[in-house]
Amino acid sequence: MIALALPAQDSGTFTPPGIDEMHLPAILPWGAHEGFSKQMLLVILSVVIIATFFILAARKQQLVPGKLQFAGEMAYGFVRNSIAKDIIGGRDFMKYVPLLFSLFFFILVNNIYGAIPLIQLPSFSHVGGAYVLAGLVYFTWIGIGLKKNGIKYFKLATVPSGVPWYILPIVVPIEIISNFLVRPVTHSLRLFATMLAGHLIVMLAGSGIEFLIMQENVLLKGTSVLVLVGAIAMYMLEALIMALQAYVFTLLTAIYIEGALHADSH
Amino acid sequence: MKQLIVSAATEGGETNPLMPNPWEMGVVLVGFAVLLFIVVKFIVPMFEKTFAERAEAIEGGIAKAEKAQAEASAALEEYKQQLTDARAEANRIREEARAEGAQILADLKAKAAAESARITEQAHAQIESERQAAVVALRSEVGTLATTLAGRIVGEALSDDERSARVVDRFLADLETQNAGAAK
Repeated sequence: MIALALPAQDSGTFTPPGIDEMHLPAILPWGAHEGFSKQMLLVILSVVIIATFFILAARKQQLVPGKLQFAGEMAYGFVRNSIAKDIIGGRDFMKYVPLLFSLFFFILVNNIYGAIPLIQLPSFSHVGGAYVLAGLVYFTWIGIGLKKNGIKYFKLATVPSGVPWYILPIVVPIEIISNFLVRPVTHSLRLFATMLAGHLIVMLAGSGIEFLIMQENVLLKGTSVLVLVGAIAMYMLEALIMALQAYVFTLLTAIYIEGALHADSH
Repeated sequence: MKQLIVSAATEGGETNPLMPNPWEMGVVLVGFAVLLFIVVKFIVPMFEKTFAERAEAIEGGIAKAEKAQAEASAALEEYKQQLTDARAEANRIREEARAEGAQILADLKAKAAAESARITEQAHAQIESERQAAVVALRSEVGTLATTLAGRIVGEALSDDERSARVVDRFLADLETQNAGAAK
């Protein structure tokens, strides 16, 4: 921040990029603030990319896979075994593999956009998408819980067993708030906030470098190198977080579904 | 930061990051639904089919290998069994042969002993009968001889010792020649 604040006293003022810069003008506007945006294009593109890749990878169905098929099977097997099978468990995890698989790669590809030069926009840095996915998951696991346990599910999910009765007045409201109110909010905001923050940092570093390089003073110009080094490190960190958040979102979905399926044993 | 918030607030519109754009929500919803449909309809079944086929192929191979292994070990077991049987058979035969040999030897020994006993017995019997015959012969002859000898002795002069000794000698020599003739 000091490096960025210094030039403000020297020549001109540095205006850091804000939230508005993340919402570029629509590609095909159809109203004052509305239109077909870059983010929508990227979301649609992500569906095409994922579907094309996996259909190409799975199409040949060879017993001894080629490179593409092997990569596809690795990716599919990761979600199927490391997330769905390990969390939901033996008998009925297969039913939820498609949802978890779609979620993971949909979020992963849309996040990775942020690390690709020229695209540089993680789709979930716009909160709408995160709300939609978290909402879908929210209604999915509640639906699973109700289908499995009937209306009794709400009691199972909010009244923990083995707790003394006099603590229940405290525990039950906490459980209701944490499970049914806070959970979808954190689920969506975690994804959105990390993507937004990452995107902001990359933008900030980019505009900072640009601003410093424009300075007359050679020493100040030189400090842009420091910002660049920091920006590269942040870029690496962001790339990690992009993959990690896709994993976390999917893992939490699996945990919520498992909790709904086995509500009676929790 | 404060300036940022203020500027965001003054510009209005979509600047609150927590306010979603409904169009974008719609696109994500539809996009995700399409992806989910493709995944459910095509991608997961294709991968699962491949996995199942592969598992089947591997398990089939393993089953085949296990069967071959079982057959091989069964054959080995059989050969071992046969070998053991053959050894036992050979042992048995050898034992039998040894026992038979011992039996034969014992029989022969017994037979030989019996034969020798029989021969000895026979010899004894012959000797006894010959002795008997000799005794009978002697008994019949001794009287005659004694009478003859006595007659001769009496016929000669009994005082002449030399002559009587000569007579006895002559008698004995006669007896010997007689005996020798009889023996022949």
